[in-house]
Amino acid sequence: MSGRPMEAGRTLAMGENEAVARERPTVEAPFGRALARLGAARPEIVGLTADLGKYTDILPFRDAFPQRFFNVGMAEQNLVAVAAGLARTGLTPFATTYGVFASRRAFDFIAIALAHSNLNVKIIAGLPGLTTGYGGTHQAIEDLALMRMIPGLTVIDPCDAVEIEAATEAIADHPGPVYMRLLRGVVPVVLEPGQKFEIGKARKLREGTDVGIVSTGFMTERALDAAEGLAGRGVSVGVLHVPTIKPFDADAVADFAAGVGHVVTAENHVVVGGLGSLVVETLFDAGVSRKVTRIGLPDRFIECGSVPTLQARYGLTTEAMVATITGLL
Amino acid sequence: MLRNSPSGEADVAVLRRKATNLRRHMLTMARGQGAGYIGQGLGIADLLAALYFHELRYDPENLGWADRDRFLLSTGHYSIALWAALAEAGIIPVEELPTYGADDSRLEMSTLDTTPGVEMIGGSLGHGLGQGVGQALGLGVHRSDARVFVELSDGEMQEGSTWEAAMSASHFRLDRLVALIDCNGIQADGPVVLDMEPVADKWRAFGWETVEIDGNDMQAVVAALAGAREKNGKPKAIVLRTLPGKGVPRIEISEKSHFFRVDVSEWDGIIAAFEKSEGGTA
Repeated sequence: MSGRPMEAGRTLAMGENEAVARERPTVEAPFGRALARLGAARPEIVGLTADLGKYTDILPFRDAFPQRFFNVGMAEQNLVAVAAGLARTGLTPFATTYGVFASRRAFDFIAIALAHSNLNVKIIAGLPGLTTGYGGTHQAIEDLALMRMIPGLTVIDPCDAVEIEAATEAIADHPGPVYMRLLRGVVPVVLEPGQKFEIGKARKLREGTDVGIVSTGFMTERALDAAEGLAGRGVSVGVLHVPTIKPFDADAVADFAAGVGHVVTAENHVVVGGLGSLVVETLFDAGVSRKVTRIGLPDRFIECGSVPTLQARYGLTTEAMVATITGLL
Repeated sequence: MLRNSPSGEADVAVLRRKATNLRRHMLTMARGQGAGYIGQGLGIADLLAALYFHELRYDPENLGWADRDRFLLSTGHYSIALWAALAEAGIIPVEELPTYGADDSRLEMSTLDTTPGVEMIGGSLGHGLGQGVGQALGLGVHRSDARVFVELSDGEMQEGSTWEAAMSASHFRLDRLVALIDCNGIQADGPVVLDMEPVADKWRAFGWETVEIDGNDMQAVVAALAGAREKNGKPKAIVLRTLPGKGVPRIEISEKSHFFRVDVSEWDGIIAAFEKSEGGTA
């Protein structure tokens, strides 16, 4: 790996579709489509980016409403500050950048300029977790942990194209600051279309008794596939999808956990401070005694490499989940 | 009732008396807890008098008026000056001023936006100008002719986000945006620790129409604000050279002027000396 020479000939496959679809239909740029649709009905919506418009799927909005779109250049602190100022005049800004830059570089601005004043700004954060092979500079592996510590900030990690579109509509209706992870490009359809996104609500997607997977983000697709595979081996696996990290649906998680033998958390994020930590805190508070196994990234910086290689190496693929859960039984 | 008219003539003598009143309010406030960021506040008293009693268009009885001019105090710890101006403008009661910095007072030592008349949470330096850019852009989207004034300081220019905002303001041709840069030569660790000169040249290089004035000369302040009204596609910067503690000699000469604390008995002496020197101007 890094620091050691290797033989030439291997290609680092960058830029592949980030939420790996398994024979599922797909939608291209679901966030940008949803925002452009919303923009037509709601003149108060404005768009911003920090030199990543092309890479965060917001160009459909820019092309439809060029007078309501502002590219501030590579300046994420200013991106958030400008969005705060726009919100103070009654507008609803959607500001896009990568999760690493929003959560690390602009943290003070999200905390103070947005959340402290409860301003109506939506931060849309690309390249969540292990969806890029560019290493620690680009992989937002701890953004959920950072963002969930900010008082009053809503934090969302959607699982598919349907949910991204529904969540975009829901956060536009929600009068307050939001940090939403973005799945960009060609995004699979996992959930049934037509459901409204309810901020703060978990959704039980599959019943099961032996093992209960509590998942968020694109890990929910893999959890459903893993559960299906394990069912063929006689293992009953339930799936509770928790797209809203904050406010957290603690009641649903505690109820779900109480009905299964073993809890597994699955997140495209470091296992420290994110969904896994939230589930453990929740079960302890609720007095639900279950063993919890946390699937997610280790507490370390991840190397460069191709996304499929890295996701397999760190246990985020369906096959790896099946293996992990099989090992628990 | 709408306060101030953008094209009105300034009565400099009246504005000087207003500045004296603001300084008097600040002394009252600092005496309450025995301390405060009064050096900085006294330094920008002339600017705030010119803004709140001549240049800013606002309605004290309708603070949320969508077309008001905005004043953003980026240096939240200068709050003492803002409270003085808001009290003099009739937005907060003068009787409340002695609670400055006390537990549960809304006249905090560093601004929160829950106090009436406050347009942003200052204090995490480097936040103000970017928020001013956003407000100026937003007013443009709304086709309002309101303007945005952002106070920031020389030390604050060391925060890189200030320059991110400066770049974007000229890119977006925000001629309704006015940066008021208080250069008082001090910051938390003492005299400005990182040389920011030449200040005006830096702003010009970033595309701002820039003037540099004595920020304690009311005539100059009023003239610079009038010059900043021009609609020429350029953001405006006014570099104000100010004296920390201006008008109160005991504070002007203090080496502790970033945060000034003395005993109550000394405050009484300072206030008595101030009233003697300002005799008859209340």
